[in-house]
Amino acid sequence: MPPDAPLLDVAALSVSFHAESGVARVLDEVSLSLRPGEIMGLVGESGCGKTTLARAVLGVLPPNAAIDRGRIVFAGEDLLALSPSEAASRIRGRAITFIPQDPYGSFSPLFTVGDQLAELMRWKSPERQPGEGGYSRARRQRDRERAVAMLRAVQLPDPERLIAKYPHELSGGQRQRVMIAMALLPEPKLVIADEPTTALDVTIQAQILKLLRGLIAAHGASVLFTTHDLGAAWEICDRVTVMYAGQEAETAAVATFFTRPAHPYGRMLLDSLPTQGSALRGIPGEVPNPFAPPSGCRFHPRCPRAAADCVAIHPAARAPAIGHSVRCHHPYLDARAEPAR
Amino acid sequence: MSMWRRLLRDRALLVGTVIIALLVLVAVFATPLSTFPEHVTAFDPAQRLKPPGAIFWLGTDRMGADIYSRLLFGARLTILIAVVATTVAVLIGVPIGLVAGYYRNWFGEMLMRVSDVFLAVPQIVLAIAIAQTLGPAIHNVILALSATYWPFWARLVYAETRSQRNEIYVEAAIAMGASPLRVMVLHILPNIMSSIIVRTTIGMGGTILVAASLGFLGLGAPPPTPEWGRMIAESREFLPQAWWYATAPGIAILLVVMGFNLLGDGLRDVLDPRIRRSANRAP
Amino acid sequence: MRILVLALRRVAWMPPTLLGLTLIVFTVSHVIPADPARAMAGENASTAQIEALRTKFGLDKPLPQQFVRYVTDVLSGEMGVSLYSQRPVASDLLSRLPATFELAIAAIIVAILIGLPLGVVSALYRNSPLDQAVRLVTIAGLAMAAFWLAILLQLLFSMKLAITPVQGRIDGWGPDPITGFYTVDALLRGDWEMFGTSLRYLALPTLTLALPAAATIVRFTRAGVLNVLSSNFVFYQGAMGIPRRIVVWKYILRSALIGTLTQIGLVFGNLLAGAVVVETVFSWPGLGQFAYNSILQSDYNAIMGFTLITGSAFIVVNLLVDIAQAVLDPRGR
Repeated sequence: MPPDAPLLDVAALSVSFHAESGVARVLDEVSLSLRPGEIMGLVGESGCGKTTLARAVLGVLPPNAAIDRGRIVFAGEDLLALSPSEAASRIRGRAITFIPQDPYGSFSPLFTVGDQLAELMRWKSPERQPGEGGYSRARRQRDRERAVAMLRAVQLPDPERLIAKYPHELSGGQRQRVMIAMALLPEPKLVIADEPTTALDVTIQAQILKLLRGLIAAHGASVLFTTHDLGAAWEICDRVTVMYAGQEAETAAVATFFTRPAHPYGRMLLDSLPTQGSALRGIPGEVPNPFAPPSGCRFHPRCPRAAADCVAIHPAARAPAIGHSVRCHHPYLDARAEPAR
Repeated sequence: MSMWRRLLRDRALLVGTVIIALLVLVAVFATPLSTFPEHVTAFDPAQRLKPPGAIFWLGTDRMGADIYSRLLFGARLTILIAVVATTVAVLIGVPIGLVAGYYRNWFGEMLMRVSDVFLAVPQIVLAIAIAQTLGPAIHNVILALSATYWPFWARLVYAETRSQRNEIYVEAAIAMGASPLRVMVLHILPNIMSSIIVRTTIGMGGTILVAASLGFLGLGAPPPTPEWGRMIAESREFLPQAWWYATAPGIAILLVVMGFNLLGDGLRDVLDPRIRRSANRAP
Repeated sequence: MRILVLALRRVAWMPPTLLGLTLIVFTVSHVIPADPARAMAGENASTAQIEALRTKFGLDKPLPQQFVRYVTDVLSGEMGVSLYSQRPVASDLLSRLPATFELAIAAIIVAILIGLPLGVVSALYRNSPLDQAVRLVTIAGLAMAAFWLAILLQLLFSMKLAITPVQGRIDGWGPDPITGFYTVDALLRGDWEMFGTSLRYLALPTLTLALPAAATIVRFTRAGVLNVLSSNFVFYQGAMGIPRRIVVWKYILRSALIGTLTQIGLVFGNLLAGAVVVETVFSWPGLGQFAYNSILQSDYNAIMGFTLITGSAFIVVNLLVDIAQAVLDPRGR
């Protein structure tokens, strides 16, 4: 693989969900690419498709989902061409790992934390040979040391005592730290973090984010980080992709996005962040119905800059600058003004 | 949700309703529907133990009576026992549970302890003792069944009332000056009604099984009452030759109980909101 | 340590419950009948015998006093004399306890062996033809009268096919008792032939009791597994590539087993209820058949004794199940 090739390249991916009420286009020709060592934020409201995209990359879409079109190329391989068993054994939990939103429910309540860590290491330890059947005592011992070291790295005090505990005996923050440890132990190339701080207390969120950023940098992995919290994106991401109604509206470096957002949706999102001394601003209108999306640009019913071509024609991606792409017929090209007081 | 799932579920409700409707019809119109209505009490020893045929559709029993006709009249008995016993148990248990759950005073707690004792023992064990004491008669069977069934309702309604007691709508009603009786009957009761209806339906099926067992053991109404359980008991000494003697009443019981269970299951799917069901999580 | 406290608390509930049961049986036997002495003496007793009984058991004393007397009698094992066998009811009942327990335990084991895997597979392949067939069969199984199923099975296997014996627990004498369980005792004594014979006799009654119990187990195992299947940890393990067979047979099954244990008390109750009629059909010499014979004979003391013993056994079993459940579920600790 050439040195500057993307680690993850999602090309025109379309995913639909089949329900009794019809077919919903949850992802519509979404394209995304991630370089090695890069932290990319997937930002958007509920239902925009960010979670679906994350799951599609991971390969765990629900049974009623269908991949209509597109490719997902990871480290030179087409993930969609893999057999399910290959994807499960070689990719998931090894090359690509996962940090869930709900750290409590993601543990089995009947086994200790240590048991579940050991289970992970048994199958996904970086030392494990593909197709290895047994679990030698030597490797088990080394894996245990790895796990304890990693638990220390996520700043959990007294890891030896902790792994003997059951999940319900830990706090939310502690559980999420264990999850981060589990995501990094297999030495993955890509970590998919699905709203990892949403379920935590606000005071803990910042700690976890900082921890995550430091560890990721140390391990050299890439991260696909979904969130609806722009603040979290600012804190941890190198680049940001804003999603709206199943499409990527804008992709940019995080600083660029926060100062010169090109897509009207992105701009309005930023404007809606509460600032001291001024009234709350929202975005008028509602998220479109995925079973019956608007014609042309999906944002046009709510967009202040909507014109005739927005209603009729679907905007293709264009690049106002290097590394900055936006799907809009009339993107903003200037810097964002400070919101009026 | 796939088509098959919906069909199976709706079909359950449909089949259950049809069976119970048939049962009621048969019970009401037993006389015109039966071929030998007089065989409920009369008998004809010359015709005893004949296999199913043109005259006796389901064969005859040891007294020469037509099994088909007796089965139809037995349906009356079955409905009577099921409905009355369950209704009495509900009418006693629900108010007790409501009051105990609402007030949480010592009297209610004591009643719940009593209920717990009843519930600590299989229903039939106590029912046997009571039925034996009272003597063989239909009303005694009903009494024995009700007496051992009301604690189930008291416990159930107690638990539900307790959980509803802390809901906001109850606080609001009390704040607006509603009397406890009003709150219990007009506010809490409607909210637990769907649960009661579903379990009443399924409970009737269970009651029929216990009643049939009592009849089988000889504790039900005396002969020649055409009670289904008793008919099966009578058939035992004539097996394996008179196979129809045991089969027919057994299938009747099977169909009726299945009907109540299916109806109850179907009602549950219709009445209970989805959210409540998914709220319970297994370990 | 917390388990001990939990267990003790549950054990503490037992005596009041047993006392409550005794009170209920007392009310039924001493308060409800018009003349308890006559009921206990039987239909053929003379007036003199009835009066003698009345004085002997203090039935002319005030009710509270009678109750105290009754409780002390029961605790010392005195439950009156069986009209039929002329033996003390208590000894009759105790001698029949092992037979019923052997049947009940065998039935529970078979029911779990059949029901648990079926429930798990049924949930894993939800709405498949297998699942729908299983659901249909369980609905029918739960609607069947136990005694009718017993008669049908007896008709088929014992009478028509002659594979199993029609009635009874053994042909001739059973093994010398150690536990009172014929199968276990035969094994312990190394008597293979007797072991085989006792199994043959045990087979049909066990199957009759086990099938409805299995139906219940299938139903709530299926519901439990379906519930767990949609939980986040199953998703997480799949997302991290843990092999599916491990997720199912190690993690999901464990949750299903705990759920099953919760319901075992309920299943056992149904078993005891079914045992009464099933023992009658197969002439299995246990508590159930004892109850049936006593009913036939209007043997009053015997029936009341049966109620007490069976009820108490059920309460004790439930207690053990409660404790076992508290031990196995770590969230309770």
